Amino acid sequence: MNNILKSILLCLLILPIAGQAKIVHKERSLYRNILVEDMQHLRCLKFNVKTSKTNQSCLYKNDPQRLVFNYTKLLFSSLLINDNPQRILIIGLGGGTMSNSLHILYPTAEIINVEIDPAVIKVARQYFGFFENEQITSKEQDGRIFIKRAALKKEKFDWIILDAFNGDYIPEHLLTKEFLQEAKNLLSEQGVLSANTFSVSDLYAHESATYKAVFGDFFNVSNHKNSNRIILTSQQPLPSGDILAKRAQALQDKLVPFDVDIIDIMANMTSTKDEQDWPESTKLLTDQYSPANLLNQN
Amino acid sequence: MNIKQLQNPLIYMLAFCSGFCIMGIELLGGRILAPFFGSSVHIWGSIITVFMLSLSLGYLLGGKLSTQNASLKRYGLIFLIAGITVIPIALWSADIMEAIFIAIEDSRYGSLTASMALFFIPTVILGMISPYSVRLLVTDKEKSGQVAGMLYFVSTLGSALGTIMTSFYFILLFEVNQIIYTFSITLIILGVIAIGMNQYNQHASTSLARTVHE
Repeated sequence: MNNILKSILLCLLILPIAGQAKIVHKERSLYRNILVEDMQHLRCLKFNVKTSKTNQSCLYKNDPQRLVFNYTKLLFSSLLINDNPQRILIIGLGGGTMSNSLHILYPTAEIINVEIDPAVIKVARQYFGFFENEQITSKEQDGRIFIKRAALKKEKFDWIILDAFNGDYIPEHLLTKEFLQEAKNLLSEQGVLSANTFSVSDLYAHESATYKAVFGDFFNVSNHKNSNRIILTSQQPLPSGDILAKRAQALQDKLVPFDVDIIDIMANMTSTKDEQDWPESTKLLTDQYSPANLLNQN
Repeated sequence: MNIKQLQNPLIYMLAFCSGFCIMGIELLGGRILAPFFGSSVHIWGSIITVFMLSLSLGYLLGGKLSTQNASLKRYGLIFLIAGITVIPIALWSADIMEAIFIAIEDSRYGSLTASMALFFIPTVILGMISPYSVRLLVTDKEKSGQVAGMLYFVSTLGSALGTIMTSFYFILLFEVNQIIYTFSITLIILGVIAIGMNQYNQHASTSLARTVHE
């Protein structure tokens, strides 16, 4: 009861300023326009001013641990395959909220964030509380170059998160079969790779076919409320539904502080083994053929 | 009808096609380098630098070459050689870039070196075409500026079309190497046509001379 009263009070307080976004920071970097906006209790990072759908990262100012975005929550489905990642690679920093949350969850894990745009790293530190320490580092580099160099050094990762976006979508050279193969080679024996993608364009089929060609069957993790789709792949064969359910039970409590309902997420996972929703003849994306942004128009 | 009358339109057409191919290749450069050197801003810096540098040297060399026995045959040879030097971009770019990627850590200098290795030679040769065309087209000093203007118009229009066709359509329909090979074959065929026409002209003029003598 007390809680309901509190939230009513909070609503009354917030209502007069509802819908009014305050721009906290604005800059034009080498790659894009960067905008930090405060809206009520939310702070968001945007890469493009005109459209509202291009929020890259948001956090609750009073509860930064709690994740805002659905897709960031969906990424936690990776833990159903490997629940103890000790080396994590994140390509595409955004506000750095994923890095922060994962550090709280796995304090001993090494987390490497790779971001092409130095301005994004700066903004993440300044406005989103992104922090670095002995375990957490950020590197200013193109994701593909980082992965190629890491392969030369024979590095391995237990979890690779692909979340690099430019203004439109994922850069073309991070969508190709060759790139995915390079990323796969970096996975440890129990390694998982999860990629944040959109599911509403012609590109969907090409992307799906390319992932399947490299990794074999994978999980589609989505929530019908929005258009994000997480592609969840693994070095090992995909676990069965029973095993997933057991693991979800075990993880549930641990993920509550992040506002992640892993049992609910698990219910929205489908394997491409059971359900392949793109034509068999779909052309793969390769370094030779990757007109990704042109295919991404519908 | 004298086939000689076709010579000038042919030269303009060849200049148009070379402009088309130069910019088509330059645009694909970004695609070719991305897997090894990424898509940072400096990639385009490297590519444009190398193309401008190569073209400037090409202009210089082409102009110099045109002072000695300029002929349609030599003009055709420039196209032929340009077409052949484009082929390694498709054949060996991955190996060349891998070696450079391993040797040079900084992706700025890596991409600059790779651009040099892949694009310098063909672009120098393609750059020789413009001044050489002027030499073949100009017969009257009074009209030299007009001819040069027309030539720049045609070849730069070719460049514009090469850029838009490659970026809007070709990359959606074909693989990068298929487009490179097409450019290469086009240049070679054009070179052969120019050489063929030169042979025909010579043949025609020697037989003409013979009839006059008889």
